[in-house]
Amino acid sequence: MDNELISLGSKAGSQQKYGRTYKIEIENLSAWFGTKQVLKDINMKIRANAITAIIGPSGCGKSTLIRCLNRMHELVPSAKVSGKVFLDGIDIYSKNVDPVVVRRKVGMVFQKPNPFPTMSIYDNVAAGLKLNGIRDRKVLDKLVRRSLEQAWLWDEVKDDLDKPGSSLSGGQQQRLCIARALAVEPEVLLLDEPTSALDPIAASKIEQLIVSLKRDYTIVIVTHNMQQAARVADYTAFLYLGKLIEYDETSRIFSNPKEELTENYIAGRFG
Amino acid sequence: MSPDDVFKYILGFISGIVVLTLFLMVLELFRYSLPVLSLKFIFGINWNPVVGSEEYGILPYILGTLVTSAIAIFVGVPISLGIAIYLSEMAPNFIRTILSFVIELLAAVPSVIYGLWGLFIFRFWVRDFIEVPLSKHLAFIPIFQGEPFGLDILTAGLILAIMIIPTVSSVSREVLMAVPDSQREAAYSLGATKWEVIRLGVLSYAKSGIVGAAILGLGRAIGETMAVTMVIGNAIGPAALPTSLFKAGQTMASLIANEFNEADPTSLHPNALIGVGLILFVLALTINLLAQLLIWRILKIKEGAVE
Amino acid sequence: MQKYLIRKIKDKIVYAVCLICVIIAIIPLGSILFEVIKNGLPALNSDFFTKGPGPIGESGGGIANSIQGTLILIGLTSLIGIPIGIMSGIYLAEHGNNQFGRIVRLTNNVLMQFPSIVIGIFAYLVIVLPIGSFSPLAGAIALAIIMVPIITRTTEESLKLVPNTLREASMALGIRRWRTTVSIVLVSAKSGVITGIMLSIARVAGETAPLIMTILGSQWFFSGLTEPMDALTLRIWRLSLLPYEYAHTMGWGAALVLIILVLSLNVSARILTRSRYRVKV
Repeated sequence: MDNELISLGSKAGSQQKYGRTYKIEIENLSAWFGTKQVLKDINMKIRANAITAIIGPSGCGKSTLIRCLNRMHELVPSAKVSGKVFLDGIDIYSKNVDPVVVRRKVGMVFQKPNPFPTMSIYDNVAAGLKLNGIRDRKVLDKLVRRSLEQAWLWDEVKDDLDKPGSSLSGGQQQRLCIARALAVEPEVLLLDEPTSALDPIAASKIEQLIVSLKRDYTIVIVTHNMQQAARVADYTAFLYLGKLIEYDETSRIFSNPKEELTENYIAGRFG
Repeated sequence: MSPDDVFKYILGFISGIVVLTLFLMVLELFRYSLPVLSLKFIFGINWNPVVGSEEYGILPYILGTLVTSAIAIFVGVPISLGIAIYLSEMAPNFIRTILSFVIELLAAVPSVIYGLWGLFIFRFWVRDFIEVPLSKHLAFIPIFQGEPFGLDILTAGLILAIMIIPTVSSVSREVLMAVPDSQREAAYSLGATKWEVIRLGVLSYAKSGIVGAAILGLGRAIGETMAVTMVIGNAIGPAALPTSLFKAGQTMASLIANEFNEADPTSLHPNALIGVGLILFVLALTINLLAQLLIWRILKIKEGAVE
Repeated sequence: MQKYLIRKIKDKIVYAVCLICVIIAIIPLGSILFEVIKNGLPALNSDFFTKGPGPIGESGGGIANSIQGTLILIGLTSLIGIPIGIMSGIYLAEHGNNQFGRIVRLTNNVLMQFPSIVIGIFAYLVIVLPIGSFSPLAGAIALAIIMVPIITRTTEESLKLVPNTLREASMALGIRRWRTTVSIVLVSAKSGVITGIMLSIARVAGETAPLIMTILGSQWFFSGLTEPMDALTLRIWRLSLLPYEYAHTMGWGAALVLIILVLSLNVSARILTRSRYRVKV
């Protein structure tokens, strides 16, 4: 069954057809930097075609958690992971799964916009496609345009496609990064505090964009901004000191949390 | 003036000595080479220091310098880049420490010892493993013509390649390590393999710094004297024109080293050699400034950056 | 699938190529050390270290005059170069955040990579020509021009590593800025400064080209500041050009002495400041 993850066939649209309610299932996930344990035995199931927010005070391990979902955590030299993460029922940490393939299926957008500064806007979006061997200019043109449209950037940049990515404003750069991630047609999109480096107007545009994307993608967003979680997320997980304290529908977490810790955090009593 | 100011101005004056020196250097070189400076000096190919029929044309040595440096760059820079990539992106920590140390030792070996090794050891490697096969199979190409001897332009270029490796690789490594991790992460998150991460996220970002490192290597190759002098075969005049890699040649630096002590002070010979020094000075200064500019821009060192 | 396999293979090939580059760079160093030791050891005997060279073409004699010359050069160069280098390093670190400081820094960086033979010509023009003879002094001045930028840079870098709180603490005690710089900052940065000095000595000890037109080389021991003098590097070069087997052996022997001097200075300098910061020359 691992073949599914190892193969790299075009699977556009498969996420819609997939009948599974849970796209990602996390089982007993723990993570370390050196000897410091940053995630403690996390169990959670993430629904397909929904937005799941992960909130919690800084240092609670929320970034580490999503970096475990596309095997980016292990890139830090001293980092260690144990436990299982199932993507469509396949454990991405099992021996014969290649992290490169996982990352191709699970896209990521980072806190600070990180376009490739020496590449043009076009090449930024096309970068991942070219890796996958798409060289035909017509196909590239079509996919680049589609991704930029999906990221609500096309109208702003369609005449400047050969300008460097670094020439855009912060909010535009972040949408360029989203377009770049979408271009390779991932099934899951991980967003690590995607608006924290942006001004409120640019941030709000990105929020709306994220909501518009959930029809086609499973989205996990890390945020330290509770209003943001309340606005965009269908489900919210509260992480504290590396432990998953509470995980439920967003409305329930915010209106009627079960745990006192969650309640205190949401009420702004710490964090 | 307070003692603090006195202290500061004295230090400032002393640190200005190097600036003064560089300034004086160009002035003196220019003054002494004035009698020979002309277009004929730069574009001439004959070299005759005999009083009465004196003629000084340095084109063959300029070309010799450029050709040997070009070989050094073409061979040395890719190797250095490979080393830099290995050290910055692939090597485990302890290997990185040891290897950087070893490569710094390579930089510490004096030029004259490279020359000695080149003259008695390396030249035979070049002759037997590179030149003989090339001249056997590719002799129809002009640059591979001539009897392989080992004391020639190719050997000089290759020994320069070895000598620029420490400089180019350590500067490129620094440039690569200055690439923010967010660039690597961006590439990883697209499903890139290690090499693709290096290509997309690291090399494209660090391009101009690597060019700077290469130019710094070029600067070193152009001015390098002893090792080249000992292996290049020291041809003179039209014979020194680098028409084949298997021919004895001469660079500007090696010409100065070979002839300076034999120059008759009453002739223009010393002036001609100083003129060669002036050309070398201008070349080295230009190349160095360019390299500093490119490297600093990428390392974003605020102090000392050329604005 | 096919394409992905190709990407994986490419990945492995690049790794292998980089590793090969590393090996290619190590081979010359290994070969140089091996040959210098193998060919140099037979030359070493008591005459080698106590006598000057015999008549050309006859074996025997030694390189004592060259060792002496190199040591004298190191001494004279240090006398000129170390104070200037340290002082301009202090200036750049403590007061160099201005246009003048930037120019000085740039000049030093340029000189650090500058063709040493051009520096030799300069010393010839300003010392040898006016006094009318080759001179160890001219050699020392040429080498000092090479030494100063190295010491300046390492001094500046190690002074900048001293935390500002230390300066503030000292000045809060009413100690003047210059006293603070000399007795607090410089003293805390000592090992970095010493490293720079050792590296710069290693560098100038290995220089040959600027000596050709300044000290010329000589068969004799040091005989005054207005006489030609020998140095190890010059001796190696001259010996290598002679058509005699014994001369080559002596050349390798001299190279062995030189490389031991240079590498031990380098290794100990790097051990002294290992992991504190990296010095690039």
